Parts: sequence; structure tokens; C-alpha cells
Amino acid sequence: MEHRLRAPLSDGDVRRLRVGDAVLLDGTVWGLRDATLIRIFDQGQAPPVDLRGGILLHVAPSVRPSAAAPSGYEPMTVGTTTSTRMERFTRGLLRDYGVRAIIGKGGLLDDSSAAFAEYGGAYLAIVGGAASVETEQVEAIERVYWKDLMPECLWQFRVRAFGPLTVAMDSQGASLYRDVARTARERLAAIYAKMGLRP
Amino acid sequence: MTSVSTLPNAEALFEDLGRRLYVDAQIDIPPDVRRALREAAARETNRGARGMLTTMLRAVDVADRKQTLVCQDTGIPIFWITIGRGIAVDGAAMLEALRRGVERATEETPLRSSIVSAIRRENRHTSTGDGVPVFHVEFSTAIDYIDIVMMPKGSGSESMSFLKMLLPADGLAGVKKFVLDTAVEAGGRPCPPTIVGVGIGGSSDLCMTLAKKATLRPVGQRHPQSDIAALEVELRDAINSTGIGPMGLGGDTTVLDVHIETAWTHITLNPVAVNMQCWRGERRRARVYADGRVDIGY
Ligand code: SF4
Repeated sequence: MEHRLRAPLSDGDVRRLRVGDAVLLDGTVWGLRDATLIRIFDQGQAPPVDLRGGILLHVAPSVRPSAAAPSGYEPMTVGTTTSTRMERFTRGLLRDYGVRAIIGKGGLLDDSSAAFAEYGGAYLAIVGGAASVETEQVEAIERVYWKDLMPECLWQFRVRAFGPLTVAMDSQGASLYRDVARTARERLAAIYAKMGLRP
Repeated sequence: MTSVSTLPNAEALFEDLGRRLYVDAQIDIPPDVRRALREAAARETNRGARGMLTTMLRAVDVADRKQTLVCQDTGIPIFWITIGRGIAVDGAAMLEALRRGVERATEETPLRSSIVSAIRRENRHTSTGDGVPVFHVEFSTAIDYIDIVMMPKGSGSESMSFLKMLLPADGLAGVKKFVLDTAVEAGGRPCPPTIVGVGIGGSSDLCMTLAKKATLRPVGQRHPQSDIAALEVELRDAINSTGIGPMGLGGDTTVLDVHIETAWTHITLNPVAVNMQCWRGERRRARVYADGRVDIGY
């Protein structure tokens, strides 16, 4: 199924998503990465914005100053980073701050999957390495919080038709990463046999 | 003896090449990689996977049109240099000039520097540092120019590097298993569909170098030795039947190709190495002739 969604997301928006669905997003997406999350959770500073229904993007963009941009910055390259490093923060983001979706590449692990099921959230996989497309879909950098963490600040992006994203983990606890890994391991046994290899 | 000419204006030439190759490799994806992505998209039976391959092709087009980077990762700059017959060049000055070129590219473009020191993790914001750029220098009697291939290697795929010193008794079967197992272990992390480079033989260092060098070969170009070429096809098809798919989200296209390079090894060794290159397959090549002429390609 295909969905066109606008942030912030409602409970219903998220719970309708199923793994394998395609999503395009409009509105606000919050960019953050390791250092931003360390500040929130390890240093105990609440984010200075309301993240309820929010959509996060694992990113630290390259930007340049621009007088015309609302935040004073315009994007040069916005390209998503690997999510696995941020695994331990998913639960807190959903439980404490009401985040509903996380966009990244490479996937998250079992505790995130459990948290998505418990609080109603989803992981949306982007096509990694396609930063040229991603950058084009960012209409503007609206505001930048925690500039001292540059480039791992909290970025408020306004996006248009952002994606296509694939629902890779859903609120039912399903995970495409888990399914694909299981299938690959099963098939590997058959491939070994076909190639005359002993396991 | 062949007559040897000294390259005119060598330092300025190499500095400019270092700059251009490092930038262009990140903007302009090689034609063989584009073709392989298009063919994969046409063949792919999984709808979501087809969509992702289409997005990759779109990213290539956008970068062409806007002259922007395809991917945000500026990578670790690596140069593969082969010096042919009949050209005299001050090698140390050539490497220094290429390094300056990378530094200029980083400052002038500008590019995000991805290079930090090993222990203190300091970034000089030049894309260079101790041991970086990585230079591989070889000599060849088969060419009459200097061949330079630049590869800005991204971390997602470079992290998927594996070496195993197998035993002779493990045989070729052990080699095949290792390649298949690493492909499954890597899953979606190296931004598949990847170009998988495999090194077989040599010493441990040579084996790893062969694996990485194998990823430089244009996609679709088979190894000249027929038994090795057959092994490439066998491994490519085997990995693609695991169903890992683009970005590890399922599909028929996990690799664009498997390339193998070999070297002779010790009688009691059986080394195998795997190094992966992400779908953007970035590389840029220059041929520098003795009269200063330069051909830019892939
Ligand atoms: S693995 Fe390659 S394509 Fe993917 S983000 Fe890293 S450098 Fe870019």
C-alpha cells in the first residue's frame, strides 16, 4: 500500500502502516544523530521542541549560511546515516517524547521493534546513498536547535514528498530486517547444498 | 630500453587531477554501474526493490543535473596508481600533489571531511591525515602512461571488510562458503546492491588489497581466466538468491556483481578476503601520457 502522510502523525496514521508499504511525507521532519540523542538521554536535557507525533531522521546535514533561509542555513547535502548506532534511544523517544516514526537506513533492532509495538511507532527505511534526491526534497531548514553540536544539532526540516520510504518495522511488531535475515539464512542452507558445500 | 620523457608541469597537473578526480568520483557515477542498476531494475521481481533501484537511478540523474554529490559520505580517499613505461616522474612529488588536490577539493567545493586521527579522533577538515589519502603504487610494462584511479570509499561498505586465513584443507569450498556467509552477515548495511570484491591467495595484506582492487573493475567485465570468471558468476547468482535485496529489505538484487582477483600464496595458506563497494560504485580514472596529455574516464 502507498501512503502520503503529513507530520505530526496521529495514532491512526502510524497504526495503519504495515511492513512493505511505501510512504511519502510532507511537513516537519526532525534531523538528529548520535550527539543530539546523547544530550537528551545521557545528559538529561529535554529537547526544546514538542516531538509528539514527530518524525525523526537520522542525519547530520552539510549546510551553508544563507540570509534567505528562515534558519539562516540552507542544505548542501542531506543524507541519511546508519540507524543501528542509535538503537538504544528508540524506546525513550517514543515513551517520553511521543515520537511516532524514525527514518533511517540499515534498520533498528529488537528492542526498537518492541517499542514500536508498545507505543505505536514505525521505522521508515530510506534508500541509502541517494542523498542527492533527499536534499532536493528538503524545502527548507526552518530552525536549528543546539547549534553547539554542529552538525549534530536538532534540525527542523520542512520536506515535500519526502521518500519514497519503505515501512520496515511497524506497530504490529513486524520487521522486514528480521524476515529478510531469516529467509536468507534458510535459503543459504539450500544454496550450500546446490553448490555441493557442507555446512 | 624505451626512451624516457619527463612529464611537463607534473606537480600542477597532479594537484589538479587529485582535486578533480575526488570531486567528480562523488558526482558522476560510472556508466557500467548505471547500466547494471538499470538492468537490475528491469529484472527485479520484488516491487519494493524495484522502487528502490529506481530511486538510486534517480539519485544518479539528480547529481548529474545539479552537479551535487550522490551520497553524503565523502569517504576515505584512495588512489590506485600504475606507472607505465617511458615516463619519468618524481613519485614523491606526485603523491604530495595528489594529496594537495584532495585538500583543495575539500576546501573549495566544499566537501565534508570524513577523516579523523585514529586515537584522538581529530578532524583536520582536509579529508587527509597520516596515511590518508591511501596510495597504492604499482608499475606495469603493459602501458605507456600513468594510470590513476580515485575511489572515495564510503564507510558503510568499507565496514563490510572480512579476511580469513583458511587452511589448504578448506579448499575452494571454504572460500565459497566464506563469501556467501559474509554477504548474508553484511545484509543491508553496505547499501546493496553491492559490488563484492574477493581476494584469494597472497599474504594477508595482499589478499585484502586484491579484494578491494577487484571492486574497481567495471561491472560486467569478467576475469580473463575462465575458471575464475565462472566462479564469479556462480557466487554472484548464489548471493542474489539469498533474497537480501536492495538496502537489505528483500528482493532479487543483492549484488550487482562479484569480482575476484587472485595471487599465488604459501603452500600452507589459503587466504580469502571480501571487500564490498556500495551501489554507487564510485571511481574516476585519469591516464596521464608522457607529453602531458590527460584522458579522463572511469
Ligand atoms: S554505504 Fe555507500 S552509498 Fe551507502 S551511505 Fe555509505 S557511502 Fe553512501
